[in-house]
Amino acid sequence: MKLKRKDLLGIQELSVEEINLVLDTAESFLEVSTREIKKVPTLRGKTVVNLFYEPSTRTRTSFEIAGKRLSADTINISTSTSSVVKGETLIDTAKNLEAMNPDIIVIRHSAAGAPHILAGLLRQSIINAGDGAHEHPTQALLDMMTIRSKKGRIAGLHVAIVGDIAHSRVARSNIHGLSKMGAHVSVAGPATMIPRDIEKMGVRSYTRIEEAIRDADIIMMLRIQTERERQSIFPSLREYAQFFSLNSRNIDLASKEVLIMHPGPMNRGVEISPEIADGPRSIILDQVTNGVAVRMALLYLMTGGSNP
Amino acid sequence: MTLLLKDGRVVDPSRKADAVGYLLIENGKIAGSGKELRRAGKNTPRKGDPAMEILDLRGKIVVPGLIDMHTHLREPGFEYRETIASGSEAALAGGFTSIACMPNTNPVNDNRSVTEYICRKATECGLVNVYPVAAISVKSEGAFLTEFQDLKAAGAVGLSDDGKPVMNAALMRRALEYASSIDMPVIAHCEDRDLSAGGLMHEGFVATELGLPGIPAVAEEVMVARDLLLAEFTGAAVHIAHVSTAGSVRLIREAKVRGVRVTAETAPHYFTLTDEVLRGFDTNTKVYPPLRGAEDVAAVREGLRDGTLDVIASDHAPHARTDKEVEFEYAASGLTGLETSLSLSLRLVADGILTIPALIEKMTVNPAGILRLPKGTLAVGADADITVIDPDREWIVDRKLFRSRGKNSPFHGWNMKGMAVLTIVGGHIRYRDF
Repeated sequence: MKLKRKDLLGIQELSVEEINLVLDTAESFLEVSTREIKKVPTLRGKTVVNLFYEPSTRTRTSFEIAGKRLSADTINISTSTSSVVKGETLIDTAKNLEAMNPDIIVIRHSAAGAPHILAGLLRQSIINAGDGAHEHPTQALLDMMTIRSKKGRIAGLHVAIVGDIAHSRVARSNIHGLSKMGAHVSVAGPATMIPRDIEKMGVRSYTRIEEAIRDADIIMMLRIQTERERQSIFPSLREYAQFFSLNSRNIDLASKEVLIMHPGPMNRGVEISPEIADGPRSIILDQVTNGVAVRMALLYLMTGGSNP
Repeated sequence: MTLLLKDGRVVDPSRKADAVGYLLIENGKIAGSGKELRRAGKNTPRKGDPAMEILDLRGKIVVPGLIDMHTHLREPGFEYRETIASGSEAALAGGFTSIACMPNTNPVNDNRSVTEYICRKATECGLVNVYPVAAISVKSEGAFLTEFQDLKAAGAVGLSDDGKPVMNAALMRRALEYASSIDMPVIAHCEDRDLSAGGLMHEGFVATELGLPGIPAVAEEVMVARDLLLAEFTGAAVHIAHVSTAGSVRLIREAKVRGVRVTAETAPHYFTLTDEVLRGFDTNTKVYPPLRGAEDVAAVREGLRDGTLDVIASDHAPHARTDKEVEFEYAASGLTGLETSLSLSLRLVADGILTIPALIEKMTVNPAGILRLPKGTLAVGADADITVIDPDREWIVDRKLFRSRGKNSPFHGWNMKGMAVLTIVGGHIRYRDF
């Protein structure tokens, strides 16, 4: 089976079959990363451009490693090293890249919809590596892969997503993906971080973490943005840590087999206490490992590869 | 020159007239209909008079020249987006003979010299009547009142800080009181800047899915409520610009019942499009106030139907490609509207919301009354500003054909029925397409 789409812009437009195809393919690529020689020639001669308009360590490294393990040539462009600082428009930058004939452009941008501009304009495949607060499809795919491999299924699980839902692309992509795959999703956060009409996305929403995580099979904690002008949407990090963090006191409300996830980077002691992050229920580093496999699968499928 | 408009349906809400007949134009003025000429003891004009041009308008609607009381002509300062000349051409093609232009130019139209400049430019191109709206506050910064009387003497017909709200309630109160004393309308751009801060689209389900920061309906409504209360308190009149939410319509309706001196306008995009069209991140759908939800659109249509909303104005906001071909977040807001406004408004007739006379009223005599313009009527002796509408003409919006420099229309490719086919200003045929 092949992935019949030029671009991956969001989970919202993916079918269950497509999601399963990516997850199945990713599982078959997991093994490559455990070899002595972590490289296969699959994408030899292909060029992948990582165009990052927003700082990122994890996602950019993950894409780069994924490309290199498939023998693709990977080029990283970030705002500090490109012509972006000279005031070139996104469209001009993209057209210049297109003229150099890469095969895939991976883009991360602080403006929602930026990857959609490229997708409509360029003949290359575009992978959205996070656009504003809109979508982060590869994160949701790696999260679903992690859940499926640990729990054996996604359908029927209760997944609680806790934190700044309003500003989280990870939350949106996961809500779309997990709902499609049959999970029950709850979200929780201070009322100021719950966007309007979120229930229409098919989730239950709460303003107390305790309500959302009760009997949860999976708890996904989101990073609280400390570095931006978010101060006015909640009183203080101190108050947040007191009432919205996942810790050894409230985790017992969840299912006994609950697993804890976090897309990173974590604020230890704010949204998650260290003993939970490092504890036996944490699968946070599995997410990172699976991230490479998911991105290998996408690069492979989007350059025309198929999975039997 | 004499011009005879023959056999059209003459609709003139200013006189509650609606009948098939002819209309005679002499020396740039309305000379009258057949009935009026007979009553005055004059002869009916006949074919064969060499000095007379006769236009057969069977099946067409003859109305007072349309007035768009809310446009942005971008001159001076932003001529790459629009000029008074290109905006006038767009107005003619859209059936408008008179347009009011907002003061958010560069420099801001906050003093006599800018107002005079606009008037002079408009006279030089001589296509449509251009009426400047001057700023309420110096540089529209909301701190100090402009010289209302001097601006009025220079040709300004109204006052607005459009594009920005007057956040200071005390300043707004003074503006209403002072403007009222010199019979000058104040046009309120209602937006609480704290509530709308950072917002890019209507706050609702679509914004939640797209991850775009929202502008809540209440950002408009608290300011509508404030300005209604200020108008009520001072006894002054206020005109609410570009009404976009159900709550605003409700507040204005209630205020009218209480006797508050309020008039209000909306724009075609607010009764035609919902926030659903923002999916896909087309920057031509980015506009302030933002496109709202389906309930808001329904309420705006109801407000037009029941008379709460007096005027349809385009809020014509032309932008250059460079303003729009960027990320949604960075794109300029506003859409070009002069050339689609009438056709979109005619859909209200097709949908049974408004009759032709009720629609024409909102595009002629009502804005004329609010701006105190001697326009919007086909009464004998009035300036011969006339628009002829072919209600059956089907066309497809093609932004490449716009006269406006702004090609930023979310209606590109839309099928339309009905358009202006003849625009006469001061007795001169300035636009003809039949």
